[in-house]
Amino acid sequence: MTSTEQQPFLSVRDLKVHFSTEDGIVKAVDGLSFDLAKGKTLGIVGESGSGKSVTNLTILGLHDRDHTSIEGEILLDDKDLLTATERELERLRGNKMAMIFQDALASLSPYHTIGKQIGETYRKHTGASKKEARARAIEMLRRVGIPQPEVRVDDYPHQFSGGMRQRAMIAMALVCDPELLIADEPTTALDVTVQAQIMDLLKDLQQEFGTAIVFITHDLGVIADIADDVLVMYGGRCVERGTKEEVLRDPQHPYTLGLMSSMPSLDGPVDVPLEPIPGSPPSLLNPPTGCRFHPRCAFVEKVGGGLCSSEQPVLAVLDGRGSACHLPKEQRKELFAESAAIRHN
Amino acid sequence: MFRFLVRRVFGALVILLIISAITFWLFYAVPRDPAMMSCGKNCTPENLEQIRKNLGIDESIVMQYWHWLSGIFAGRDYAGYGYCDAPCLGYSFANSQPVYGTIMDRLPLTLSLAFGAAVFFLIIGIGAGMLAASKQGKFLDKFASSVSLLGSSLQIYFVGYIAMFFLVGELGILSQPSYTPLTDDPVAWVSGLLLPWLVLSIIFTANYTRMTRSQMVEQLSEDYVRTARAKGLSKRNVFFRFAWRGAMGPIVTIFGVDLGVLIGGAIITETTFSLQGIGRLAIESVFKSDLPMLLGVTVLAAGAIVIFNIIVDAVYALIDPRIRLA
Amino acid sequence: MSNAETLLDVSGLTKHFPIKGGFPISRTVGAVRAVDGLDFTVGAGESLGLVGESGCGKSTTGRLITRLLEPTGGKVLYKGQDITHAGRRALAPIRSEIQMIFQDPYASLNPRQTVGKIISGPMEINNINPAGGREKRVRELLEIVGLNPEHFNRFPHEFSGGQRQRIGVARALALDPKLIVADEPVSALDVSIQAQVVNLLQKVQRELGIAFVFIAHDLAVVRHFSQRVAVMYLGKIMEIADRDDLYDNPRHPYTRALLSAVPEATVEDTPRERIRLVGDVPSPINPPSGCRFRTRCWKATEKCASEAPPLVQVEGNKAGHLTACHYPETDDVPSPRLTKSPGAAA
Repeated sequence: MTSTEQQPFLSVRDLKVHFSTEDGIVKAVDGLSFDLAKGKTLGIVGESGSGKSVTNLTILGLHDRDHTSIEGEILLDDKDLLTATERELERLRGNKMAMIFQDALASLSPYHTIGKQIGETYRKHTGASKKEARARAIEMLRRVGIPQPEVRVDDYPHQFSGGMRQRAMIAMALVCDPELLIADEPTTALDVTVQAQIMDLLKDLQQEFGTAIVFITHDLGVIADIADDVLVMYGGRCVERGTKEEVLRDPQHPYTLGLMSSMPSLDGPVDVPLEPIPGSPPSLLNPPTGCRFHPRCAFVEKVGGGLCSSEQPVLAVLDGRGSACHLPKEQRKELFAESAAIRHN
Repeated sequence: MFRFLVRRVFGALVILLIISAITFWLFYAVPRDPAMMSCGKNCTPENLEQIRKNLGIDESIVMQYWHWLSGIFAGRDYAGYGYCDAPCLGYSFANSQPVYGTIMDRLPLTLSLAFGAAVFFLIIGIGAGMLAASKQGKFLDKFASSVSLLGSSLQIYFVGYIAMFFLVGELGILSQPSYTPLTDDPVAWVSGLLLPWLVLSIIFTANYTRMTRSQMVEQLSEDYVRTARAKGLSKRNVFFRFAWRGAMGPIVTIFGVDLGVLIGGAIITETTFSLQGIGRLAIESVFKSDLPMLLGVTVLAAGAIVIFNIIVDAVYALIDPRIRLA
Repeated sequence: MSNAETLLDVSGLTKHFPIKGGFPISRTVGAVRAVDGLDFTVGAGESLGLVGESGCGKSTTGRLITRLLEPTGGKVLYKGQDITHAGRRALAPIRSEIQMIFQDPYASLNPRQTVGKIISGPMEINNINPAGGREKRVRELLEIVGLNPEHFNRFPHEFSGGQRQRIGVARALALDPKLIVADEPVSALDVSIQAQVVNLLQKVQRELGIAFVFIAHDLAVVRHFSQRVAVMYLGKIMEIADRDDLYDNPRHPYTRALLSAVPEATVEDTPRERIRLVGDVPSPINPPSGCRFRTRCWKATEKCASEAPPLVQVEGNKAGHLTACHYPETDDVPSPRLTKSPGAAA
């Protein structure tokens, strides 16, 4: 979204996703906007209930339509997905836009072979024969680094190891060369050494195909490894965005700062306590007024005047860089510098 | 898969052996002397002794059980009564006939009742359950759920008599339950059993509606169903090919149990509809103190249930590769 | 810490889970060698971190030393007393001294009991009546773990995930334990909450002098919490050392690869060393011969396949830094965290 002269390929405009539940209306996403160009990776960071996963199910149109009200625009190559018919969406899903999920074992059908599940997507969108689809499945398995793909193509997911399953899922998602790939915490359930392999694989495949990737994670380390641009979500809203370098080197929102200083590192000072963010993530049924982060924020006093609890800060974006905080920019530098995360970065 | 089946059959044989031994021992403990009943009014002690010998009940219980068991494979000669061909499940002195033949005469009726009803309640139950699942929370769903709750709380002797009173007696739409072998006249077979099938369906359908609905709802919320949608497959395709596949396992399992219930419950069903199947045979044998017949029916019913269970397990393994290839 | 009184002494600890199978009659046909010969000690008040990838046996180890599982072989000495195969009665007095904290704060608390009941449960079972009564003690414990003492009458569902884990900590503290085994205590929590719980555990460990065995897959969390760290792979310890020795000077190729694979939330101008292991962890049913890591190791030779390397203090290591490798990484290659150039690829 920053450094790009390219047309945005995916453009989300003021998206609002509200669920009606028995307890009331859950404002899962509350006014979110971002752009993504081809061949780029947008990392979306957030904790549970931040609205990051809902956003992405909504892009694919996989939300529960009966109980959801949606506002805004999601433009994929200038086509508004929110007004598209189910038919049109089915043609796009798995074809132009694909998704990979966190838990590959649960996300693959236990009743069908890996080859069948990959081939099925291919057949649906290209009308290929069963034989062609199988050949394509083998080719894709080879591409994602599964040994002996001719043999493994007939295996069921439970016969694969965790890392191989995630590879198979990537193969399935990429079988029709999608232009947009949404990856929802694809490495969270994996061991670190396998996670490193999968991220390398995604980067290689992105280079090869020029896919645009939306990468959702709670792990800033993963973001640092894979993303070009970063969007930090809290309570259904974007609190900060910018390039990876901008956000990680010079966080402008107290929440981003808090995330960074609460994470233990492998080479930071070790004998001082971590600096956690107090309290818990907000309930989206009954979100805090004003800035949703204000009940947990250390700088409310500095702003003063009850501004944080009464008025929602505006996300002012300039050149793709912005943050939604009432704290004056000049003050942030000084205040944030006191935090350990900045000191040893 | 083959190994799996062989192991299950092997286990089933052991279970049958245990059941037959327990039943045999229980009946032996009953204070009734079959020889006395067979001996008639002009019974002398010598006659009685002779009959005892012919029946083989002068031996120890272990030997008697052994003879009964070997009779199943080798046949057995009941001196003075006749030869009982293998498979010989014993000899009914009350009927003066080998047990096996009588059971085989009555079995087709009981099986027709059970499987015919099963076809009805599976189609109606699963159909209604799928419909309810696809219309979650809407009127149709609530309607199907309440009707099924009502159905499952009914009893066969209640529904059965009411149905006979109205459908056969008052309205005359259906004919009085009767049995004509399928091979003789398929139309008569259906028309004679239609009423019991429908009545059984009312009671059993409910279970399947609820089970199918809850299984489908659960499966539809599974991650892999979401993945299938994310691949661009249509709702209908996902519903029938993915969710239904997952929902089938538990349904097959309760169906296996229900088949056993149908066979075991044949006593009540056949009494309600005055049909001469295995259930009635069991009751008649109790009244006549026909212990060999009762033993035969018990072992046979146990055998049927065990076989259904093996079939259910095999079907389950066919449905779910995680079990098949574990 | 090496001079401190040894609380737990584990030697040759082994746990094999039998696999049933065979035809036509089922019998034991093999074993999952979840834990296969571990030696380590935990001093009083010390915190030992156990790290490794899934299937390395770290959780099983935790269950063995708390004797929730019975070892297949080896020895577990608690304060010099052999508890390897001790029965219920012999374990009773020790059970109160060794407590456990679990990963899932939702599943490990009984939803139908109040927090007060949950925390006082261990006291009731062991028939312990603290001065001032159990309720007073519960309030104290709630205070220690940073919860409102007035909330002892609430139910677990009224608390957030982080708070529930605090309840789990309070329950573990109820009997004044000497040793707490924490099995992935923060991995189910949100990042911002993890730090709260880590800090709490650290406070408890330091202020109350409780020894910890901290089991986790997150190397950064383990580094933050532990004084000594053992790296496990396929049921064996690959390397064990004081924290700084292990993280700054890893001698085992696996430790090095593991460290280099952790993504860090920093943007560096020059890339860090990247070691990419090939493939997945082999099955513990049929582990590789010799060194278990050899199938994924870039240094492996014939010797690694034929001979299992002993866990010893290799040349150049400080005392207490043990490594199980025939070809340990050398001192002049600095830690992967500090390397600025791309290093050996797999």
